[in-house]
Amino acid sequence: MRCRKCGQKAVINMRHHKLALCKEHYLEWFVAQTERFIKKYHMFGRDDKILVAVSGGKDSLALWDVLWRLGYQADGLYIDLGIDGGFGYSHQSRALTEAFAAERGLTLHVVDVPGLYGATIPEMARLTQRGKGKPCSVCGLVKRHEMNRIARDLGYQVLATGHNLDDEAAVLFGNTLTWAAGYLIRQGPVLPASPGLARKVKPLFRFYERETAAYALLRGIRYIYDECPFSRGAKSIYYKQLLNKLEADRPGAKLQFYLGFLKAKQEGLFAPQPQEVAAQMHTCPVCGQPTTAPGKCAFCRLIERVEENRQTRNTDAAQAA
Amino acid sequence: MSAKLILREKTYEVPHGITIKQALKQLEIPLEEVIPTREGELITEDTHLKDGDVIRLVAVISGG
Repeated sequence: MRCRKCGQKAVINMRHHKLALCKEHYLEWFVAQTERFIKKYHMFGRDDKILVAVSGGKDSLALWDVLWRLGYQADGLYIDLGIDGGFGYSHQSRALTEAFAAERGLTLHVVDVPGLYGATIPEMARLTQRGKGKPCSVCGLVKRHEMNRIARDLGYQVLATGHNLDDEAAVLFGNTLTWAAGYLIRQGPVLPASPGLARKVKPLFRFYERETAAYALLRGIRYIYDECPFSRGAKSIYYKQLLNKLEADRPGAKLQFYLGFLKAKQEGLFAPQPQEVAAQMHTCPVCGQPTTAPGKCAFCRLIERVEENRQTRNTDAAQAA
Repeated sequence: MSAKLILREKTYEVPHGITIKQALKQLEIPLEEVIPTREGELITEDTHLKDGDVIRLVAVISGG
């Protein structure tokens, strides 16, 4: 297969675009396409301070690399979750992220969750008995809170994440299966800023997962290849596999599914629910972040329970000894 | 007279002469979920496998 631009040997074939490219032209295309989507969806401009949430995985590091090459003011945020999984998952991903930032002279903020809150994510899940044996819901809650906190405290207008099209299509697929109207109305590549919260954007949302991986590999970005040990058997992976079966027979099906949804939403097919229109946001008295109900937010309640249960366990252990 | 395809810890043997796309189909590995590489270089699915080829398949799906 030959590169459409120069006729050299292609390194990737994107069937949904009917486009094969060599290494040089693929890297060029990927960066140019990202810039095009940033502008098309009014994500941010050159004057905005952007905080890129980086996990050490291929997508977020590819995103940070592209924004850096395009000359945006993009700093990184790594949240150390304290997940081991028998192979030092958090330790490895943090080291890779720090090396990435150091090689490019980029600013990286690190939040050490166990150091800051006294427990790792799996410990928090155990202490609070949340998540049916898996810490994913606790992880999501903590990450969202910390991303919002750092963006607010350090004055970033925009929070960028490395979600790709497969991520977005899998979420859409899950929400459609259950007709989760509240989630459908909120899903999109740009979530506008609201009081206390930075604008959230997903500049890679139009790239297939295979394309972001190819970019990282071709650019020589060292990323964590092993998955989070808690992602085994995750529904999102199952949905991605189902969608890939569809894609194999109908190239472009995933892209069409997601872009069709965005178009339908833009045309008003999904109306906000009356209770959402009327929903009044409150401010958490502890952390100051917006919350849907009066009183402490879910994150502050979680941390409170972690602390209480840890003290109870320590007392029990001391009495047993 | 065969080629090897390696995906994570698993090694698969396939006859040489066929394309990577045909080999993946035989092994029921979706093309969308891997990137084939040979000696560290990315290669496209129409590449014919040569005798003794070792193709590393980079898994691309992540989630949780």
